[in-house]
Amino acid sequence: MTNLLDLTALEAHEAMVAGDLSAAEYTAAWREAAAGDELNAYLWRADGTDEGSAIAVERDCVAPIAVKDIFTTEGVPTTAGSRILEGYRPPYTSTAVRKLLEAGAPILGKTNMDEFAMGSSNENSAYGPVLNPWDRERVPGGSSGGSAAVVAGALAPWAIGTDTGGSIRQPAAFCGIVGLKPTYGAISRYGMIAFASSLDQCGPLTRTVSDAALLLGILQGKDHCDSTSVGLEGGIALPGRQDLSGLRFGVPAELRGDDYDSGVREVFEQTLRQIEGLGGEIAEVSLPSSEHGISAYYVIAPAEASSNLARYDGVRYGMRTGGDGDLIEMYETTRSDGFGPEVKRRIMLGTYALSSGYYEAYYGQAQKVRTRIAEDFTGAFSTVDFVVTPTAPSVAFKLGEKTDDPLAMYLNDFFTVPMSLAGIPAISIPAGLVEPEGGGPRLPVGFQIAGPAFSEQKLLDAAYALEQGIGFGGRPGGDADA
Amino acid sequence: MPELEAVIGLEIHVQLATKTKMFCGCELSFGDEPNVHTCPVCLAHPGVLPVPNEQAIRYALQIGLALGCEIAPRSIFHRKNYFYPDNPKAYQISQYDIPICGAGRLGDVRIHRAHLEEDAAKTIHVGESGRIHGSDASLVDFNRGGTPLVEIVTEPDLRGAAEAAEWARLLRETVRQLGVSDVNMEEGSLRVDANVSVRPAGSEELGTKTELKNMNSFRFLQRGVEAELARQRELVEAGGTVEQETLHFDPGSGSLTSLRSKEEAHDYRYFPEPDLVPLAPTEEMLLEARESLPELPAARIERYEGIGVPADVALTLATDPRTAGYFENVVEAADGIEPRVLANWVTGELAAALRQAEVDGGAADSRVSPEALGALVRMVQEKKISHGSAKTVLAALVLEGGDPGPIVEREGLAQMSDSGELEAIVEKAMADNAAAVEKIREGNNKAIGAIIGAVMRETKGRADGGEVNRLIQEKL
Repeated sequence: MTNLLDLTALEAHEAMVAGDLSAAEYTAAWREAAAGDELNAYLWRADGTDEGSAIAVERDCVAPIAVKDIFTTEGVPTTAGSRILEGYRPPYTSTAVRKLLEAGAPILGKTNMDEFAMGSSNENSAYGPVLNPWDRERVPGGSSGGSAAVVAGALAPWAIGTDTGGSIRQPAAFCGIVGLKPTYGAISRYGMIAFASSLDQCGPLTRTVSDAALLLGILQGKDHCDSTSVGLEGGIALPGRQDLSGLRFGVPAELRGDDYDSGVREVFEQTLRQIEGLGGEIAEVSLPSSEHGISAYYVIAPAEASSNLARYDGVRYGMRTGGDGDLIEMYETTRSDGFGPEVKRRIMLGTYALSSGYYEAYYGQAQKVRTRIAEDFTGAFSTVDFVVTPTAPSVAFKLGEKTDDPLAMYLNDFFTVPMSLAGIPAISIPAGLVEPEGGGPRLPVGFQIAGPAFSEQKLLDAAYALEQGIGFGGRPGGDADA
Repeated sequence: MPELEAVIGLEIHVQLATKTKMFCGCELSFGDEPNVHTCPVCLAHPGVLPVPNEQAIRYALQIGLALGCEIAPRSIFHRKNYFYPDNPKAYQISQYDIPICGAGRLGDVRIHRAHLEEDAAKTIHVGESGRIHGSDASLVDFNRGGTPLVEIVTEPDLRGAAEAAEWARLLRETVRQLGVSDVNMEEGSLRVDANVSVRPAGSEELGTKTELKNMNSFRFLQRGVEAELARQRELVEAGGTVEQETLHFDPGSGSLTSLRSKEEAHDYRYFPEPDLVPLAPTEEMLLEARESLPELPAARIERYEGIGVPADVALTLATDPRTAGYFENVVEAADGIEPRVLANWVTGELAAALRQAEVDGGAADSRVSPEALGALVRMVQEKKISHGSAKTVLAALVLEGGDPGPIVEREGLAQMSDSGELEAIVEKAMADNAAAVEKIREGNNKAIGAIIGAVMRETKGRADGGEVNRLIQEKL
């Protein structure tokens, strides 16, 4: 057998089931690879010692996996990228991780992320930024930057992350891998540290669409611990579709502007032609409210976050500083010292949006926009099977390039936020490589396909056919043909 | 200045007696070691989610139906945000604009709403004051945190402190009979807050209200409201105005101290709880809740008054459903005898006889069958035995059970039917008590007691008092 690390997770799984591959040997190879992390992608790695025994697998037959540090893992540090949870070891394991363990997937480690999943570059981690394996001077995207980087950088065969407004899809695009945000409710949120509860969703970050399908099949399901979970009826089968005939792909007029990178636009247009080459039809659709997505998102998500993050008060677990006997002072010092600037900014925004006298003008209005956006998609899906956009308006940008401009940072989510607000599934697949403005190694560009709620099977089938058609073989450093 | 009228509304928190907490699987308990009934969910660890307790929803439906409330087809949980160590998520899951139970009525008081929420944990302040101010340390016991609560809010329909306390008793009894709560005020499973204001009698407008907390008995509720009404009346009559504030009642001193003013009121930043879907009771749940409703005190009182039972006796029976059931069996067994008379025997003579014999439990658990009591009352009504003898028989029935007939016979208590024999005894008693006879003749009627007493002793109580009286008068 060639290099074990070259196998996709699906290939490895099939080989292990067939008895052609030793699970122990395969997992050991990945543990060794993970140990060589130079990207600051892992915050914790399983090393076979007692630490992590509570999340050990009985029988490994599924590829080992990297888990975003937002999922609770019993006895194993879980920080959500925040100083306020430094040293915190949860007393329980999240449903998503439990399902992975039950399926036989050992945990390789916990991956770095923007603090409480707030960010698009992974620069908001209290534990330092993750480096993009394609160019270490660039960001991997965020907030699931660690999970995207380990998959792209051959530090894990696959990973899970969370997506609230693009946090799986955008880093997948920046790192040249596949990232899927499933329908809200497809996968349990129990044990997934909440950022914005009505938007957060767990999903796979993988090398291939088939791996994403395999992983989604393991993760999906109704969970009695999450009353908002519903699962995916009938489960998920491996995709096998070879062409796109009979499928209509809608390009939103409102999202086709020219105010984003020309390289990204080139790859997008080229991918549309590939869709046509595979028998698919391209049509224009209208999503008139989607351009207000960012505004609505940056009211709703911070509002929910301001409430979700109020529990980090220094009383029961995590960091506690100051106070000297005074309760209010202890709250204030702990939260001032524990949270980073972006988290504080969003707590302030959200608290304001919910406060008496402003609720209707901000939160109420944002919810109305959200409803409109969902209706826009429903309307679009009455004429097309999918809506397609670039995943992000640019390729991976340089570390520090946007840290002083929160609004520019927020616009990274322009193409991904509307699907989150509508609760519908969307996948990003690598569609090509472009040379960034200002030069440097060529960087991957993501192509986003969104479908109606609970259309994951159809979405994966189409993404698979397109993936085969594109034949993206890019690897960091290798810069193979796209 | 016109008379000032009291306007009172109540907010009642009822802890539901479910097996587990509102949003997690922890057992409910009272008085266990601190912090033994906790889990990641009720300690608000990162990543946890609430799952509503179906039994609590069923109990809330029962309360709502018992109070005649409209049930919302889809009610919404909200988050009420505030920081305090007894509130680990820093928000309480409650209901806001669409509660599970809407408008209703109990007795003369309209119900505004009743909603489901979770209880806070318990804070214990260590130090002399026993309150947070001036304490040396504060401890939190999360056993209570997350206990299901139904908060019942009335319209401001009560017009006095005593009326408020009486209505609160009726509410407690109603909830108790549903079997959904322990309704123990001292243990805090029933907590009553009062909103108090005054206004010129006849006015339709509401005055500025104050909210009274910490009244952990009906007596304290009455005293607290009385004290606050007196304070507000004095203030308004002196030309002052009432400030909106929350007051803490100290039962020891009977005084009220301000907890917080309007300016210090929290902005709770309510918003719909995204972790929960709307609460939509199924037809099956509604049907089951309707079918499980027992006859409730208010309905029972009305029914008893309708068959002639005096109001106070009806209330006594309505607050004790087992004795009420016993009473109804007696009524059935003693067909033809006025329920009013039977109700008095059940709540009066029988209750006294049980107390005297130090028998635990009420009439329904005693050895006196409804048939036996009915037969005994019938004997009295038909003048077969005297009232006094009946008490003797009842005392025997309490101890040995059975029918009254054989006891009457065994004890020789049958009323003397031979008036010749009684006449002779009366004549002898009058002769033996000549002084008393003399006094009666002089107009002192009280002296007749001595003669009657002598007759009763002689007849061992078998004589009918009325008949003895008549004979004495005849022979004077």
